[in-house]
Amino acid sequence: MKRVGVFICHCGTNIAQTVDCEKVAKMAGGLPQVAFSTDYKYMCSEPGQQVIINAVKEHRLDRVVVASCSPRMHEPTFRKTLEKAGLNPYLLEMANIREQCSWVHQDKEKGTAKAFDLVKMAVAKVLKNEPLSRSSIPIHKRALVIGGGIAGIQAALDIADAGYVVDIVEKEPTIGGRMAQIDKTFPTMDCSACILTPKMVDAASNPNINLLTYCEVEKVDGYVGNFDVTIRHKARSVDMNKCTGCGTCWEKCPTRVASEFDMGLGTRKAIYTPFPQAVPNKPVIDRENCLYFKTGKCGVCQKVCPTGAVDYTQEDRLETVRYGAIVVATGFDLFDESVYGEYGYGRYPDIISGLHFERMINASGPTMGKIKRPSDHTEPKTVVFVKCVGSRDEAKGKPYCSKTCCMYTAKHATLVREKIKDSQAIVFYMDVRTPGKNYDEFYQRAVNEYGVQYVRGRVSKIYQSHGKLIVRGEDTLLGRPVEVEADMVVLATAMVARGDAGELARKLGISYDQHDFFTEAHPKLRPVETHTAGVYLAGTCQGPKDIPDSVAQASAAAAKVCALLSREEMPTEPVVSAVNEAVCSGCGLCISICPYKAIELKTISERVHGKTRERQVASVNTGLCQGCGACTVACRSGALNLKGFTNEQILAEVDALCL
Amino acid sequence: MSVGLNAEKQGTGQKAWEPKILVFACNWCTYAGADLAGLSRLQYPPNIRILRVPCSGRVNPQFVIRAFQKGLDGVLVAGCHPGDCHYSTGNYFTRRRYLLTKRLLEYMGIDPQRFQVRWISGSEGPKFQQVVTQLVEEIKAMGPNRKMRDPE
Repeated sequence: MKRVGVFICHCGTNIAQTVDCEKVAKMAGGLPQVAFSTDYKYMCSEPGQQVIINAVKEHRLDRVVVASCSPRMHEPTFRKTLEKAGLNPYLLEMANIREQCSWVHQDKEKGTAKAFDLVKMAVAKVLKNEPLSRSSIPIHKRALVIGGGIAGIQAALDIADAGYVVDIVEKEPTIGGRMAQIDKTFPTMDCSACILTPKMVDAASNPNINLLTYCEVEKVDGYVGNFDVTIRHKARSVDMNKCTGCGTCWEKCPTRVASEFDMGLGTRKAIYTPFPQAVPNKPVIDRENCLYFKTGKCGVCQKVCPTGAVDYTQEDRLETVRYGAIVVATGFDLFDESVYGEYGYGRYPDIISGLHFERMINASGPTMGKIKRPSDHTEPKTVVFVKCVGSRDEAKGKPYCSKTCCMYTAKHATLVREKIKDSQAIVFYMDVRTPGKNYDEFYQRAVNEYGVQYVRGRVSKIYQSHGKLIVRGEDTLLGRPVEVEADMVVLATAMVARGDAGELARKLGISYDQHDFFTEAHPKLRPVETHTAGVYLAGTCQGPKDIPDSVAQASAAAAKVCALLSREEMPTEPVVSAVNEAVCSGCGLCISICPYKAIELKTISERVHGKTRERQVASVNTGLCQGCGACTVACRSGALNLKGFTNEQILAEVDALCL
Repeated sequence: MSVGLNAEKQGTGQKAWEPKILVFACNWCTYAGADLAGLSRLQYPPNIRILRVPCSGRVNPQFVIRAFQKGLDGVLVAGCHPGDCHYSTGNYFTRRRYLLTKRLLEYMGIDPQRFQVRWISGSEGPKFQQVVTQLVEEIKAMGPNRKMRDPE
């Protein structure tokens, strides 16, 4: 005979004004197997919990129902109370008579009847509850950071400083990411390289950090604390151990191709490092463009290399490493601005994107920091900036705001005015958004001190005439059309998710939104976690961000990783699926339905009529199972059941309601 | 089908018939949405009873059939919006099972409109209120579910 205790909470007057708590307690006392019931003003308070503890001891209760607020609020509280009373914490059920009853109904009679129904359901369920216990899984103390931009570098540095080994996987030959392409940073006008490259060197020289550049994540198996990640080391064709980075090879290489790092404004060789401050400063051979790989006839770099580091026979190598936690910091791509045919991007060479402008104005860039028209290399006198190209445009682009463009456009316009004294900088804008420390001051300075002209209105067309770019738009504040003869146009293009974001999300088992940005577990309270335990987010792979936000989030992700890695093992939720092997037919339908790959087939041997025979049954990995219960419905033989939400428990609730 | 449509009120002199409706709510979205409705004091008819499940994908159609068999007048299964499932894919299974379950109920002679599936996120308190209010009204119009009730 089970002995259930029922505790009805008044929640001050929150519940008591619509529900007759004393009456419900009295009625509950009459339910079969309920040994004790009472009501109290605040059940969650210290004395309220003591009421439960005393009653459990005095009345030898073995199950508890608390009728109060939402279990999402106080289930952990009352589970602890049960533990203190010497009961298994999973022998608790809660009836939500506040959010679902007193707060949404006014009629006291109906409210009381409904509250009693909810209590009946909880009692029926708790009678079927079994004690559950948490198991624990070991934590492998090594972290993986995917992406070597500023967010990835910061996360890795913070994790390494806490004393854990961390690997950065970067698909490019060097770390640095987008920030390395930028010239100056708003609002301080710090030189990007001056603040980034020391951090790159820190990362490279930190004994706890391994840089895996020119590598990609191939496959992710396992679960929190024990991810088995297969990493593809792409063939560099250069032996990293022998190479000294002297540069003889790329000086002699005869092949020139457009440099991706310079956004196609400059060139690089077929054996190259993306930029002079690259870390590691060791080249790779771009096999698609290398003469040796195309024709088999060059081989100059191998001949001139003083250390014999060039190795054309290298092949991609796969390596599987175990990690306890993963930080995703894969960054962003730029919106394809050629979607806007009316802006003429791609048709006229003097229409460039913001990132092109960054390369152009960068002292180590293709023009050595001189602002030049790409078409004839002359200095532009009138530069027009068009904001929100792709951002905040549901028709052609993305509906969201890319967050950084207002500020970098103000920065670009300032730089134009600073570098070319007799110049004009005109910005076409929809809104100016400058939320951030010292951001609005920066924008005001561009307008007031540097004399940047802001015109509110969208640009409708840009075309070329007599060597000038005619920018047509409307000044919506003055309500009249505007036409500007410009020498160069800079489009502030939207930040979009990486093209392969969806693919990586599937490998990691994390979710992504309609724009392919990775989704955080909760937009306000869990902004760096994903729904997959042990996988964290940093930087623009989650959504548009500027550098301070990316760095802050990276440090936050690192803190989460360190908290996880600081433990030897972590407790698992006991609400997981369980297999009744006697009934399981081993059909494997549950395997395909499980989103966490938590179910496998295993072979068991059993004795039937005196003979031993082997057969396959499903087996649940409790470390991977998250307790959704989808498998229990798919199972034809009903062999799977979800602990804590068993078929028997749910049906008992349904029956209790129907009585 | 729609046997309940013309059903008269139970007995005379008794209280007017009120439908009893079971709501299976997923823990992560709809249950939180119902909590938000409560927190915002959004009033709705007291005819519904919420049964918490981890995921709408946990709801076995057998539970729905049992509810009708035991005399409930309506069943709602509610979970996260497709694409937003806490468990990535659970509500896609719900969606498919919903269509099949509707067909099955129709075959059994139960108005399939008595069984509904809705997507209500944790931030959609007003939507929760609106969905259950509408559901209660619809079921009221249909009258009591007689077909599968155990003989009294």
